[in-house]
Amino acid sequence: MPSGAVAEKKTKSSVPFDYNKYLRPNKLPHIWCPGCGHGIVLKSLLRAIDKSGLAKDQICMVSGIGCSSRTPGYVDFNTMHTLHGRALSFATGVKLAKPGLKIIVTTGDGDALAIGGNHFIHTCRRNIDMTILVYSNAIYGMTGGQFSPTTPPGAMSTTSRYGNMEPIFDCCELAKAAGATFVARGTAYHTQELERTILEAIKHKGTSVVEVLDQCPTYYGRHNKFKSATQMMEVIEKEGTVSVSQADKLPPEKLKGKLLRGILYRTERTEYCEEYRKLMEKAQQTK
Amino acid sequence: MEPATKTKKQVGLTGNSAVAYAMKQIDPDVCAAYPITPSTQIVEDFSSYYADGKVGTELITVESEHSAMSACIGAAAAGARVMTTTSSQGLALMWEMLYVASGLRLPVVMTVVNRALSAPISIQCDHSDSMGARDSGWIQIYSETVQEAYDNLFQALRVAEDARVLTPAMVCMDGFITSHAIENIALLDDSEVKDFIGEYRPKRSLLDVDNPITLGAMTLQDSYMDFKHEQSKAIAGAKAVVAEVGKEFGERFGRSYGLMECYRLEDAEAVVIVLNSAAGTTKVAIDRLRDKGTKVGLLKPRLFRPFPHEEIASALAGTKAVCVLDRADSMSGFGGPLFSEVRSALYGRKGCPPVIGRIFGLGGRDYTVEHAFGVFGELYDILEKGKVEKPFGYLKP
Repeated sequence: MPSGAVAEKKTKSSVPFDYNKYLRPNKLPHIWCPGCGHGIVLKSLLRAIDKSGLAKDQICMVSGIGCSSRTPGYVDFNTMHTLHGRALSFATGVKLAKPGLKIIVTTGDGDALAIGGNHFIHTCRRNIDMTILVYSNAIYGMTGGQFSPTTPPGAMSTTSRYGNMEPIFDCCELAKAAGATFVARGTAYHTQELERTILEAIKHKGTSVVEVLDQCPTYYGRHNKFKSATQMMEVIEKEGTVSVSQADKLPPEKLKGKLLRGILYRTERTEYCEEYRKLMEKAQQTK
Repeated sequence: MEPATKTKKQVGLTGNSAVAYAMKQIDPDVCAAYPITPSTQIVEDFSSYYADGKVGTELITVESEHSAMSACIGAAAAGARVMTTTSSQGLALMWEMLYVASGLRLPVVMTVVNRALSAPISIQCDHSDSMGARDSGWIQIYSETVQEAYDNLFQALRVAEDARVLTPAMVCMDGFITSHAIENIALLDDSEVKDFIGEYRPKRSLLDVDNPITLGAMTLQDSYMDFKHEQSKAIAGAKAVVAEVGKEFGERFGRSYGLMECYRLEDAEAVVIVLNSAAGTTKVAIDRLRDKGTKVGLLKPRLFRPFPHEEIASALAGTKAVCVLDRADSMSGFGGPLFSEVRSALYGRKGCPPVIGRIFGLGGRDYTVEHAFGVFGELYDILEKGKVEKPFGYLKP
C-alpha cells in the first residue's frame, strides 16, 4: 500500500515563474536535443526547490556523466560535475563533510544503474540524506544510443539491432529493496505532479530516489520508430503509467504493463550522517 | 613510379570506421566494450558488422570499462583472440585490469582514442590517458593518420600474440583529429589480413582441460619479482618483433613501418619529436622551412612502449638542438613523459644536443604550423645564444 500518493491539484498563477533566478544564463543554451525531456524535468526541479524555501547556497547539486549529468552546469547552486557512475560517491563525501547542505544528485539510467549500480545500492542502504533524480530515458543518449539497464526487452538501440535481449532493472524496486526510505516515480509528461513529487523527496530526511520517465527522441525514439517526442511522451509517459492514487480503483487488466507514478514508498529509518555524528560523540566521550 | 601501395582499394573512412573495419577483418573471438567519446563509433560500427553476421565475434556490451577489460581478460585466459577499444576515463577505469592483463601475459589488443582526463571534463584530444598507462606493461603504438591506425592494429595483434612477446598492446590515435576525420586510405583484402595475422593458437589456455593451469595465483617475496623480471624482459624483446612485423607488413603490402619515422632528419640541425597527428602539422612546417634553406627535421616515435631508446639516440646523433613536444603533462615531473624518455636516452652520449620539452595541445588546444615555426625558432635561438634558458614549459598559445 503506497503511503502517500501525490494529489492532482490544479493551481493557477498569474505570475510566471522566474527560472532565471536559479539558472546560470551565461551557460545557456543547454546541450539537450529538441524534444528531450531533461529540460522539463529541470524546470519541475527548480519550481520544487523554490517551493522548498531552500536558499541557493544551501544546495549542492552533484552529477556524473551523461546528458542528465549536464544539469548542474546550468544551475546556480553549489555544483559538482564528476565521473561516470560516481556521482553518489562524491555526493556522499560532500554530505559527510557538510551535513548542513541539501544534496541533490541528477543522474541517468546508465550512470546510476549500470556503471554506478554499486554506488546506487549502497547509498540507498546507508540511507544518507540526499535526493537522487534518475532521468530514465532507457538509453545512453550522450554516446549515441546504446542500450541501458532500463531499455525494455525487445527494444532497438545502437547495440541491440535485433532487439534488446536483457531484462531491465526496475529503478524504484531496486532502490526500495536496497534500503532507500523514499521512492517515487514521475514523468516529464506530468510536469506539475513531478514538481510536487520532487518537493516531497527534497523534504524527506534520508535517501530519496525519484525515477523520472523521460524521452530521448534522438536515439530511443528513432531506433524504435516513434514519430515524435510528443508521441513518446504520450505512449511511454502518459499511457504507460498510472498514478498510485488511481491504481487501487482500477481493475487488474487496466494496470497490466503500466508503471506506477507518484510516491511509491516512504518510511523512516536512522539517517547515516546523524548516526555518524552520534558515533563520533560516543567515541570522544569514552576517550 | 612505384605505386604507393600494392592494394588497389582506396576508400574514405574516419579513423574510428577504419579501426572498426580492421576489427571486422580480424574477426576476433571476443570483444567486450563500453561506449565513451570519442571511441564510441568503433564499437557502434563493429556492432553493425556483428548484427549483420559479418563477424563470428562474441560481442559483450558490459556496464563499465572496468567490466569490459575484466571480460577481455577472462576471454583471453580462456584462449580467445580478444579486442576492445576505449578513451580517457574509460582507460582510467580499466587501470587495475591493465596490469592484470599484462601480468597474466594475455595478448589483448585495444585501440585507445586519445582524449584528455577529467577534471575539468574535456572530451578533446590529449595523451594524458595513454601516458598514464605507460607503465602498465602494455605495448603502445602511436598512429599519426587513419592509415596508420588501420595498419597498426594488424601489426599490434601479430606482436602481442607472438610467442616471444605475449603481452597486451594498445594502438593509440588522436581523438577527433584522427578518429573523426575522413581520410582516403588503402584497405587490405580480407584474405590478406587472414594470411598476415594467422590463426591464434595459444600454447596454454583455461579451456585446455587436459593441461590445467592456474592464473594470477598469490605470489610472495620469493617469486613476485621473478615474474615481473620475466615480464619486463618479454616487453623489452617486443621491440625487435615490432620491427620485424613492420618490415614484413611492408614487404607484403607496400607500407613499411619501423620503430619511428624520421622526416627530413638526415642533415637536420633542429629537430622536433612528437607523437601522433601533430607530426603531420610539423611536417608541413618543416617543408616550408626547408624551402627557405633551414635544416630542420622531425622524429616521430611510433613505438613508445617498449621505448626504442637506442634507436632514437642514434637517429639524433649529429643534430644540434631538439625539442620534444608532449601532449600530456606529468605534473611537476622533469618535463612531459616523452621528453623525460628522450632526454634519458641521450644522457651520457657524446655530443648530446641540448633538449628542451614543451607541453602542447592539452584538451584539444590547437597545434598549428605557426606553433611549429615558433618551436623551431626557439631551437635556433638556443643555437645562437649557445645556452638553454628554459628546459621545459608550456608552449606559448
